[in-house]
Amino acid sequence: MVYFSKWKISIILGIVFLGFAFAAPNLLDRQSAESLPGWLPNEQVNLGLDLQGGSHLLLEVKVSAVVRERLDSLVDGIRIALRKDRIRYTGLGSRGEVATFMVRKSSELEKAKGLVQGVEQNLEVLGEGNRITISYTEQALRNIKNSAVNQSIEIVRRRIDETGTREPTIQRQGQDRILVQVPGLDNPERLKRLLGKTAKMSFHLLDRKGSIAEALQGRIPPGSMLLASVESNAERGQPQYYLVRKRIAVGGDRLIDSQPSFDSRTGEPIVNFRFDTLGGKKFADVTKKNVNRPFAIVLDGKVISAPVIREPILGGSGQISGNFTISGAQDLALLLRAGALPAPLTILEERTVGPGLGADSIAAGKIASIIGLILVVIFMVVTYGIFGIFADVALLVNMVLILGGLSLLQATLTLPGIAGIVLTIGMAVDANVLVFERIREEVRAGRTPISAIDAGYSRAITTIIDANLTTLIAALILFYFGSGPVRGFAVTLSIGIVSSMFTAIMLTRLMVVAWIKTRRATEVPI
Amino acid sequence: MKPLNLIPIKPNLDFIGRRKLFFVFSALLILASAVLFGARDLNYGIDFQGGILIEVRVDKAGRLSEMRTELSNLGLGEVALQEFGAPTDILIRIQKQEGGEKAQQAAIDKVKATLGAGVEYRRTEFVGPKVSEELFRDGVLAVALAILGILIYIWFRFEWQFGLGAIIALLHDVFTTIGIFALTGIEFNLSTVAAILTIAGYSINDTVVVYDRVRENLRKYKTMSLYELLNNSINETLSRTVMTSVTTLLALLSLYILGGEVIRGFSFAMIWGVIIGTYSSICLAVPLLLYLDVNRGTARVKSDKEVAEEAAS
Repeated sequence: MVYFSKWKISIILGIVFLGFAFAAPNLLDRQSAESLPGWLPNEQVNLGLDLQGGSHLLLEVKVSAVVRERLDSLVDGIRIALRKDRIRYTGLGSRGEVATFMVRKSSELEKAKGLVQGVEQNLEVLGEGNRITISYTEQALRNIKNSAVNQSIEIVRRRIDETGTREPTIQRQGQDRILVQVPGLDNPERLKRLLGKTAKMSFHLLDRKGSIAEALQGRIPPGSMLLASVESNAERGQPQYYLVRKRIAVGGDRLIDSQPSFDSRTGEPIVNFRFDTLGGKKFADVTKKNVNRPFAIVLDGKVISAPVIREPILGGSGQISGNFTISGAQDLALLLRAGALPAPLTILEERTVGPGLGADSIAAGKIASIIGLILVVIFMVVTYGIFGIFADVALLVNMVLILGGLSLLQATLTLPGIAGIVLTIGMAVDANVLVFERIREEVRAGRTPISAIDAGYSRAITTIIDANLTTLIAALILFYFGSGPVRGFAVTLSIGIVSSMFTAIMLTRLMVVAWIKTRRATEVPI
Repeated sequence: MKPLNLIPIKPNLDFIGRRKLFFVFSALLILASAVLFGARDLNYGIDFQGGILIEVRVDKAGRLSEMRTELSNLGLGEVALQEFGAPTDILIRIQKQEGGEKAQQAAIDKVKATLGAGVEYRRTEFVGPKVSEELFRDGVLAVALAILGILIYIWFRFEWQFGLGAIIALLHDVFTTIGIFALTGIEFNLSTVAAILTIAGYSINDTVVVYDRVRENLRKYKTMSLYELLNNSINETLSRTVMTSVTTLLALLSLYILGGEVIRGFSFAMIWGVIIGTYSSICLAVPLLLYLDVNRGTARVKSDKEVAEEAAS
């Protein structure tokens, strides 16, 4: 325990050196750190959102809506197939994740089953008596949900990128969740507004025969639907209603670009859009056939505007004017550019920290760490004298190692993480205290300095390892179960435990042994 | 520099003799904790209860009651406002809204519309019912697993008697920490769970150090009465126990006073935990061994002779 081979000394000093090297970039500002040559360590500690400010949003993709949609179109397909083959049926519809109907004649059951099988692949069709139940195979259902989530992630990414935000993190979590972390956001409400919209746009013709008054009382003509106008068009809380054909004339998925702009005549904010070739052709056809008739632009089940077609629009582009504010037009253009979400998103959890609070937390954490450090350093010197100074040097090296470790692992430093560091300051000296107390005892027992130090270390080591491993167990479990800031605490605590064991067992011992050998001390000043 | 011995090397205090006093004291603490917990429950934060938390900074002090009236008129159910660290910083807590996740967002919008543009939003947190249930479940699971993990480790490294004694002391610390949260009404949230886990780690750390010495002495002094042996072990390690608690408390006090409002509940829990953890290691974990039929033959540590031989080689 008092002998260090040359290679062991070099390893210990090497680790300390590496710790300093990896911690060093944190002294620079971010830009100069990034411009360091690649062979130098240039990573800085990642600050958590609670320290640098930003938004953490946990979103849920309503996959059931996608399944519903698929089932609805499946039901339509079945209806067409049954009619074509003149099979009489009743009660065709869907519920939950299954579609069902009854054939009038049970003799036609098998034939109907065959027809249904032909409508789509991956269906499970069961027939019993007159009733046929249809569901997607488990594999197909999983694929539908999976692709809905993946597609949502893609759209979320596009929408966030369009806002020009730096370094967003967008991750899938579990089955149907998306975790969005956006650092340093100025306007979290806008982000939420943008993610809260499905942005499904479609162009419909209006039903001019039906009466809106009757529709409001529930008598909606078949093939039409009653839609309200968006809030911005509402006059004093009274939304306007439109009777709109269900059939989509042109879908929003045919859009290839949209930009906010201003109407050249009225100066009002508008949104310009452009269709792809096929969409442009469809749009041209529809407008050619319906000159002087109104059509509706529908977004997420609400009518943005319902202008009258003055002349055929052949160029594949057009404009929407809907009493927009400037930011409203910008947001709509962005949403249309980024595309529609396959299913609505729900915000399950939000944690937004403003840059002011983050900066305050960093400042408070720094002060608390420094004062805590100073107190412990003084206390150790007062209690253990020269040995206390060794322990203090180890403690400072320990801080550097934690910083270096955080930078190297690119772990995230959070506010509880800073608390973990402060706690480590207090607990890190524990290993040294254990050793020093043991040495004191051995000295009282009448040993020579060298032998007391030797026995002190060799006996304290098992205790140190036992004691620290139990704390490490708690920290690792915390890391596994914790989320966000708490996880940051577990990280710094774990790194702190490991580095404090290293500094106490290796570094302080090296210092103590070197001191005793050069001084040829006859007694231990402890 | 002449070092200062705060604690005499072997103070020879009779801890074991006062064990009944400690046991009664701890039993009362746990009883009080259970009664408090049953009677007033914990002040769960939004992490575990769901709801909305908004921290704002206003430009001048004294707007609290005005804001309170404005926000209570919104019909959002229970709205609690309090100063948070400074007279211009106000913490707004709004109960979970009926009607799923959408209703929560609507409530946030309402509050922001009411407060207008003159305030700085320092923090907006919202936890929906689904997530809060999961966080609670995970929190309970984490504490249970940590205790189990520690128990298993102690079991491997010591005899079962030590494992049992350590776990009783540990549970004592966890229960009384929950009790102190029920008593003070300090918010119980995710970081409190983190604090409890750390307390568990810290307390067991203390216990292990004393147990290590007990194990060593069991090996060394085969004929000494268990009573005397346990007392000696506590006294021999007492200065270390006190030293480490003091340095940890110094750091934590600095965090509590200077670390800011957000972290205060966490540092409070930790300070309590260090004190109660140190107490339970000395006054519960060790005296309990007296009743747990410690096996005196098999506990294995290096003898003096072995240490000397190793040093010589």
